[in-house]
Amino acid sequence: MTRPVIHEEETPEAQHPFTEAWGMFRKNKSAVAALGLLALITFGAIFGPYLYPTDPFEMVWMPFSPPGQEGFLLGTDYLGRDLLAMIINGAKVSLMIGLSAAVMTVFIGVTVGALAGFYRGIVEEVLMRITEFFQVLPTLLFSMVLVALFGASLPMITFAIGIVSWTAVARITRSEFLRIRELEYVMASRASGASNLNLMFGVILPNALPPIIVQSALMVGSAILFEAGLSFLGLTDPNVVSWGQIIGSNRQYILDAGYTVTIPGVAIFVTVLAISLVGDGLNDALNPKLRQR
Amino acid sequence: MSPLLEVKNLRIELTTRDGVAPVIDDLSFTLNPGETMSFVGESGCGKSMTALALMGLLPEKVGRVAAGNIIFDGEDLSQASDERLRAIRGNEISMIFQEPMTSLNPVFTIGEQIAEVLRAHQGLSRKAAWAQSIELLNAVRIPNAKSRVSDYPFQMSGGQRQRAMIAMALACQPKILIADEPTTALDVTVQAQIFDLLTDLRKQTGAAIILITHDMGAVAEMAERMIVMYAGRKAELGPVDQIIEHPRHPYTKGLIECVPHIQSDPSLERHDLVEVPGIVPSLREFGKDQCLFASRCAYLTEACLASRPTEKLFANGQSADCWHAEGL
Repeated sequence: MTRPVIHEEETPEAQHPFTEAWGMFRKNKSAVAALGLLALITFGAIFGPYLYPTDPFEMVWMPFSPPGQEGFLLGTDYLGRDLLAMIINGAKVSLMIGLSAAVMTVFIGVTVGALAGFYRGIVEEVLMRITEFFQVLPTLLFSMVLVALFGASLPMITFAIGIVSWTAVARITRSEFLRIRELEYVMASRASGASNLNLMFGVILPNALPPIIVQSALMVGSAILFEAGLSFLGLTDPNVVSWGQIIGSNRQYILDAGYTVTIPGVAIFVTVLAISLVGDGLNDALNPKLRQR
Repeated sequence: MSPLLEVKNLRIELTTRDGVAPVIDDLSFTLNPGETMSFVGESGCGKSMTALALMGLLPEKVGRVAAGNIIFDGEDLSQASDERLRAIRGNEISMIFQEPMTSLNPVFTIGEQIAEVLRAHQGLSRKAAWAQSIELLNAVRIPNAKSRVSDYPFQMSGGQRQRAMIAMALACQPKILIADEPTTALDVTVQAQIFDLLTDLRKQTGAAIILITHDMGAVAEMAERMIVMYAGRKAELGPVDQIIEHPRHPYTKGLIECVPHIQSDPSLERHDLVEVPGIVPSLREFGKDQCLFASRCAYLTEACLASRPTEKLFANGQSADCWHAEGL
């Protein structure tokens, strides 16, 4: 018997997922602009202290010197410290806390969500009840208690923010796992002898990542806001500058020298807005439901 | 020659809302090394369940092996630990699925997925596994394997994906390959290529194949023996040519009659195409002590409703579970 000739089957034209996502992201003009702005802020946070080496704690001039009038671009605060130096140095702290709290959030959330969604049954019951417990806690109050009890160091603040915000990530991860675990390629991996650990983190998680990435990008923004809130209330490390802390310490003078709270406020606003817009762009790029082909 | 796989009185129970239903009820068969055996029957007759049970992949908490043994190479798989089963799956028994579109992981390249299996079971290095993946893609006749190996599943057509699945399943040279309706989702020309490929690969590797299908044409072409399943029970078992020549169970007869082109001699008079009336009973009916096909059967007598038919053996190796098997 002659073997039938195999015609070379046509290869469907499709882009690599990454290229496709970037293409979608690029269509969202505000997200691209926000990404540029964010890059600029990050650059300022990393290299700013070297480019503008004024010590943010040093009293360099008279208090309440208005912006741009006596040689200080953003003026001085109530102790006569250079506000520009404070903003630059505060950016590092705000961004770092935002990022590390988001990392912690993702770490706890993904672990809990993955275990609950994969194993179902009693594991899911217990983990989701714990998640709900953290969801109903008054978040600001709980983290204030933590910081007040254990001291206002940066790691503790990060921990306090992370511990109250991981629930959203856990729920998203769990719902993605519940959906994906039933798909055929998971069964196929199981049939080729993959272990549970491998199935969870090698097979299901990579497919569950898009919404988790979007959520954690937004998490960075909300963590920055949270930190600002805590330090406004004075629950912050007094040895480092952060944007919220600048607002908090100058709040008594809001009527006489409004710029001392407006400027750090604008910094927070712009940064968080940029992060949200980037998150929005990521959502467009990665969320298959919003994708128009 | 001792059989490679021996299934003895297998009973699989599924827990449903209406209670426990035996989706596989007292099934026994053997599979010899290098043999192709086909499972035929309508949807919901327990073909896929049998396959999943062999792999130890019954749906957790819902399905379980209630009785019987699955003896593979002298080892009872129904008693084996999870760890042992994991070592067997994909290594000694592997499986390909119905939907090549969805049974490959979309976020990894074909090569990564094949290499993963090789690394897990054979302890190959990354590099060796990758080289082996290219070899395997070549063996399943994917053109230009060297560059296609780093393609993602979405860059391949349905037929190519099914070939990649076959490559992955055969990566560790399994003794048994279970193919669960491997061509149902593909178009007809590609179906022929896949069957052709499976036949060739069986010759090369000596793997036994369990082919689950609706397609009587595929059965006739591929398999030496077949089992006809109905409502979780074996209806008929035997050599394919014998069964097609002379089915001893009314259900088999019906299945063969509803295929339009199975006649070996086209000059014979064609009879009308018939259907098997009715549908497969619901799970609630499974396990009753009567012939479950009775409601759809043209040969119904009182005996059929009184008790479950026993197995009738015939000299040619055929066996049928029907009270009227001799008379058919």
